Amino acid sequence: MSMLELQGVTKVYGEGDTVVNALSGLDLKVEPGAMVAVMGPSGSGKSTLLTIAGSLEEPTKGEVLIDGAPLSRMSRNGKARLRRRSIGYVFQDFNLLPGLTAVENVALPLELDGISGRRARAAGKRALDDLGLSERADRFPDQLSGGERQRVAIARAVVGDRRLLLADEPSGALDSVNGEAVMRLVHEACKRGVAAVVVTHDAQLASWADRVVFLRDGHIVDQTAPQAGPESLLSTPGQSQ
Amino acid sequence: MSIRHALLALLSEGPKYGLQLREEFEAGTGEVWPLNVGQVYTTLQRLERDGLVESDDATEVSPQKGFRITSRGAEELAGWLRTPPDLSSPPRDELVMKVLVALRVPGVNVHEVIQVHRRYLVELMQQWTRLKEDEAEYDLSLALVVDAELFRLDSVIRWLDSADGRLKRAAADRATETTAAPAPQPAPAPLPKLRRRAGVRR
Repeated sequence: MSMLELQGVTKVYGEGDTVVNALSGLDLKVEPGAMVAVMGPSGSGKSTLLTIAGSLEEPTKGEVLIDGAPLSRMSRNGKARLRRRSIGYVFQDFNLLPGLTAVENVALPLELDGISGRRARAAGKRALDDLGLSERADRFPDQLSGGERQRVAIARAVVGDRRLLLADEPSGALDSVNGEAVMRLVHEACKRGVAAVVVTHDAQLASWADRVVFLRDGHIVDQTAPQAGPESLLSTPGQSQ
Repeated sequence: MSIRHALLALLSEGPKYGLQLREEFEAGTGEVWPLNVGQVYTTLQRLERDGLVESDDATEVSPQKGFRITSRGAEELAGWLRTPPDLSSPPRDELVMKVLVALRVPGVNVHEVIQVHRRYLVELMQQWTRLKEDEAEYDLSLALVVDAELFRLDSVIRWLDSADGRLKRAAADRATETTAAPAPQPAPAPLPKLRRRAGVRR
């Protein structure tokens, strides 16, 4: 079963002369353990796709299924619970709460879900350990570098039993080395079974994905083929000189 | 890639045999540039002829024959490292030509042509990234080579994205001008601009 499935999703903003078709009958499936990148220019519908997939916004038409469960049949509370337990979000500007330490930021979604503070902090600490941030757990966001803040944001997105990770330009304004580190972390999460959708206009980030879909004017216009192994690069005659 | 200067660089570390040079060249480039032993010996003979390296003796080239860099060779290497490659004249890029030609061929959607190339380049980048993911974390030379290729492909994709956007804006501007005009006007011809741009590349 797909972890995320969009069936004929359409999103229309405005009406009359000001109508904007942000998404038009879009179909997309993301299996557990897969990373899908969505590429497209500004205004192509990338961010709308992500907010609808994450149940932060409702489609005008069509259906979104998370782990087989249709969002249209869920109550508001049910969706909120799903967002807390199953979906992790990573944003370009990290969105960490400045008054909380790194570990408190990571533990927050678990605490909001009713898990005791002690257990939530222990889970948050483990998530930070996995990302090489154990020494930074008690620092506040403004005491961390940009790369460290984004790693904390990823730890928060995968803490607990999150199975769907939605990332909007996750490397933000980081340099290419830190951007690569972020994508390695997302990839590692996928190896553990997390399904990820990464929205980006950056081909270097997108190339970490198993599949890249190209969005134009609210439609998926193309996608990459299943990949040949990297060994095919090494036998290309043109590379020998 | 200058094999000549790569061999001088390896010899600047100390005297080496031909086979050893081949192995070190391949390891130093993350094994992305395979080099056959014939190329190594031919290049070494030319370097020796030019006085940039010298060998143990004057006998025939063999796996046991050692080579070392001369002071002239060291000067040549130092100069080469600091000489920028010739990037001053725009290359006649095949992909650029294809996009320019697609604009002129009736019935061809240039945006679809651009997307075909964009997808191919992203697929290539995915393969390079897999290589980096699998191997390059432990092999610094390979990581540097793969990064160079990824940045090169990325720059081509950025050009395609830019061309796509520029063509869409140009089409929208033409549509606005046509709507705003009181009487039907002949379609503005972008050909002189295209000719000028293409001419720069010749």
